[in-house]
Amino acid sequence: MLVFFHLDCFEGRFPMADSVALNQHYVLHVNGVARDVHDAWIGESLLFVLRERLGLLGSKGACEQGECGSCSVLVDGELVCSCLVLAASATDQPIVTVEGIAPTGAPSDVQQAFVDAGAVQCGFCTPGLIMAAHALLERSPDPSEFEIREELSGNVCRCTGYGRIIDAVSRVSVSRRSVGSS
Amino acid sequence: MNVLVPTTLDEAVAALAGSEGALVLAGGTDAMVEVNAGHRHPRTVISVNRVVELRSWTYDPSTSSVRIGAGVTYSELMEPPLADLFPALAQAARTVGSPQIRHAGTLGGNLGTCSPAGDGLPVLSALDAVVHLASTAGERSLSIHDFMVGVKRTARRPDELIAAVTLSVLGGWQGYTKVGVRNAMVIALASACLAIDTSPDNSSSSVRLALGSVGPTILRCADAEAHAMASVDVASASVSAPAVQRFGELAAAACRPIDDHRASADYRRHCVGVLSSRLLRRAFPNG
Repeated sequence: MLVFFHLDCFEGRFPMADSVALNQHYVLHVNGVARDVHDAWIGESLLFVLRERLGLLGSKGACEQGECGSCSVLVDGELVCSCLVLAASATDQPIVTVEGIAPTGAPSDVQQAFVDAGAVQCGFCTPGLIMAAHALLERSPDPSEFEIREELSGNVCRCTGYGRIIDAVSRVSVSRRSVGSS
Repeated sequence: MNVLVPTTLDEAVAALAGSEGALVLAGGTDAMVEVNAGHRHPRTVISVNRVVELRSWTYDPSTSSVRIGAGVTYSELMEPPLADLFPALAQAARTVGSPQIRHAGTLGGNLGTCSPAGDGLPVLSALDAVVHLASTAGERSLSIHDFMVGVKRTARRPDELIAAVTLSVLGGWQGYTKVGVRNAMVIALASACLAIDTSPDNSSSSVRLALGSVGPTILRCADAEAHAMASVDVASASVSAPAVQRFGELAAAACRPIDDHRASADYRRHCVGVLSSRLLRRAFPNG
């Protein structure tokens, strides 16, 4: 059994009784790299640790209650809201964030399709949608529009109206098929 | 605060016995919301989503029942063969949150939170589920109807872990439906599960109707169930239009909704009538 100890504290963000930080630490496996997490309150969400402890700012925080999808990451291969994952419970599980979806400077086909289709406006929801779209296409390479809408239903975008996002996902589906058949 | 990550049921119940008032964390889709908002300050968190015994299910042909581990996720409930054995549970699971929520949220978490709006709970009620609670003293089993005692209140003792539920595989039609403001990411304003149990020769049957979000906990509708059993013809899958309407009226009469920020009690009662009638017609399409 893994046991982690930490007293409760973090800059008043969590109104805890004690305010003493211990130097207990744990390790997360993010984008194929073992990352030490130091000086963290043990109750922090994975989203908070990714952004504030590990400097991975791709995953966005908005609702912090699983409603908006902008913090979507893969934990153990499953698409989840990182705001609802207790970071300290995700040790030993592979975590993939939007930073790990493609090499730096070379967009994934989904990222490129979002650009080509005009599926990015303010961009805040985009990392979460990229993760959700990758997970969808992995599971279902040729999704119907209905399936795309259902699978992306946990990702809120307030700019685009979703039409171009759905278009982007469809484009990837088509281009992957043509690559596969050529 | 401590975080414990047991990987076996023995470790999990030992951890629970050793830490009074610990927060049991399954998918985190309810509990982490409260932790993030600072509404919950547990001294100890026991994260159970890697306890292997909780993550599986087993079919027992001798009793025609399935024991589903508390850590089985909504996404897993949507996949065959579980979805074929319990179509209403798969339908309910599909209405929970979003893919992200369904990959994390578990049936055991739904039971542990015991919200009247929990989507899995009307199905467990209609299927007369048995809930298995594990502790260092062993396993205790009780009916879902005794497990749920009020709004977010259960019969679970603090030293007990929700280990599994056992559901009988029924012979007849079953379905779940709910009303909310959209098809995804929505908490039910009202929900209903109808399950028919039919013997192989159609000689006997039972009708079970359970309602969610319209009372302090899930409600069963004895009057509506008795009315349906007297009105339906199982062999021809038929029921008359007036009997369908009466079924909805009896269900609406049985519910005890409140006014809140999501809907008025009157609207919820109206929804119960519509949903219940609709489910009975789906179960018995001729008529």
